[in-house]
Amino acid sequence: MLSNSDKGSFWAMLAPNARNVRAYQVLVLVCFFALWYALTSPTLLPPIYFDDPNKAAFFFGEPQKVFARAWDWFASGEIYRHLWVTLIETLLAFAMGTLFGIAIGIWLALSPSASSIFDPYIKGLNAMPRIILAPIFFLWFGLGIASKVALGVTLVFFIVFFNVYQGVREVSPVVLANGRMLGATPRQLLRYVYLPSAMSWVFASLHNSVGLAFVGAVVGEYLGSAEGVGYLIHQAEGVFDINTVFAGILVLTVFALLLDALVEFIERRLMVWQPRSGETERI
Amino acid sequence: MTPALSLTNITCTFVSRQDRDQRYTAVRDTTLVVGEGEFVSVVGPTGCGKTTLLNVAAGLLEPSAGSVEVFGRRLVGLNRSAGYLFQAEALMPWRNALDNVIAGLEFRGMQRHVAIERGAGWLRRVGLSGFEDRYPHQLSGGMRKRVSLAQTLILDPQILLMDEPFSALDVQTRQLMENELLELWSADRKSVIFITHDLEEAISLSDRVVVLSAGPGARPIGEFVIDLPRPRDVSEIRLTPRFIELHGRIWHAMKEEVLKGYAQQQRQG
Repeated sequence: MLSNSDKGSFWAMLAPNARNVRAYQVLVLVCFFALWYALTSPTLLPPIYFDDPNKAAFFFGEPQKVFARAWDWFASGEIYRHLWVTLIETLLAFAMGTLFGIAIGIWLALSPSASSIFDPYIKGLNAMPRIILAPIFFLWFGLGIASKVALGVTLVFFIVFFNVYQGVREVSPVVLANGRMLGATPRQLLRYVYLPSAMSWVFASLHNSVGLAFVGAVVGEYLGSAEGVGYLIHQAEGVFDINTVFAGILVLTVFALLLDALVEFIERRLMVWQPRSGETERI
Repeated sequence: MTPALSLTNITCTFVSRQDRDQRYTAVRDTTLVVGEGEFVSVVGPTGCGKTTLLNVAAGLLEPSAGSVEVFGRRLVGLNRSAGYLFQAEALMPWRNALDNVIAGLEFRGMQRHVAIERGAGWLRRVGLSGFEDRYPHQLSGGMRKRVSLAQTLILDPQILLMDEPFSALDVQTRQLMENELLELWSADRKSVIFITHDLEEAISLSDRVVVLSAGPGARPIGEFVIDLPRPRDVSEIRLTPRFIELHGRIWHAMKEEVLKGYAQQQRQG
């Protein structure tokens, strides 16, 4: 028999805490897939909403088939070519968007007159739903990688641009004056003061911009291409193969999480100089 | 002998950006001369334009009227013979202590290994050996000030401009830093302008104390030669009768201005 205190500790063990949070996270995932399975299986439950027991599976897919599809992709190696294309598009869009964003961000931040002239245009371009540029990019760059990269660049550019602009504008005036008193030329100020300061803002937006590069790549593929995970999803949708669509989404999600982890790793390595909350090391 | 630095009839008027008619004169008709190797402190109530005066001396700010001469030459642009120790945090947070100290050498194009050797030497002189690879946020306030001091002194400026550099430190650390500053200064006697609102600090460090009136339109209202013997220990010298006498005289001159400055702040608040 359990004594009172044992009971207490048993329930205390079940309460969400730092140690068992991983288990709860997995539990949520398992519950989600179990619910999905129960609601869509043609044989398990009588149809609740649809008149035909197969309709739920037709519209929402079945998790076991989704997993089987994803497994097939990796087992046969068919998916790698598509993932590779999506990855290349994402990385190119990210790199080019970041580069343009930094260059133009610094230029406009340091040149008040250029900034005031271009201000309404920057705002307008940013407010425009840029996904709509996809058809134009297809016309210009064709259905290959280039049009997807262009779409991703338009998405990434503005995030990086605004952050760099902010970063350069918010350089501490004292640090700047100190740099000048220490004899820095305008070029050196740019390289040793403005750029590092702006980079900290770029890194703050890194998760966002990598995510948007990915969005640009996948949406571009979905709208017109012959390769990539977005293309796979589009093909499956064309033949009402909902399980393959979901499998594609699943693969994209895992892929995005891996990209995010990579960004986090790079960020930790490069931003050692930034204080982290909870850091108490002081001597 | 030409003075190291002479500010003549300096007036600084700031114009509000929103309303061109709103003017604020921080400093009016101020003349300040610092001889070669002289340690001059400028004291005055808060908000009296001490920092404005220092920025003018550094060439960071152009005065509305008046002229600045450095070793007899009219100052145009930045004052290249001066080092500036700022009141606020001025270290580059993305550089570690050593890289911050050698920043000025790097800007001058010195080879990195030579610069690192000298930087490490300076970190040792300010008592920070072993902290070379710490970033500013990993250092305490006092240590950051030491790094700043090394960063400025490594360039061997002939004139040192200091803007309440120790005001953010606790009393003990502060006296330690003051003694270290005196020791470093006595080694090669740079010309110093030391801005502070702490009269005791001013007297214990300087050869001469200049008292500014309350702003707006601050101007010097008194000048006192500090004839205390050197080398000094800042915590011991405060107990000597001559120090107390000087303190009394200068405080008497300052008191009214401090009250005026306080009343002005009250009104603004």
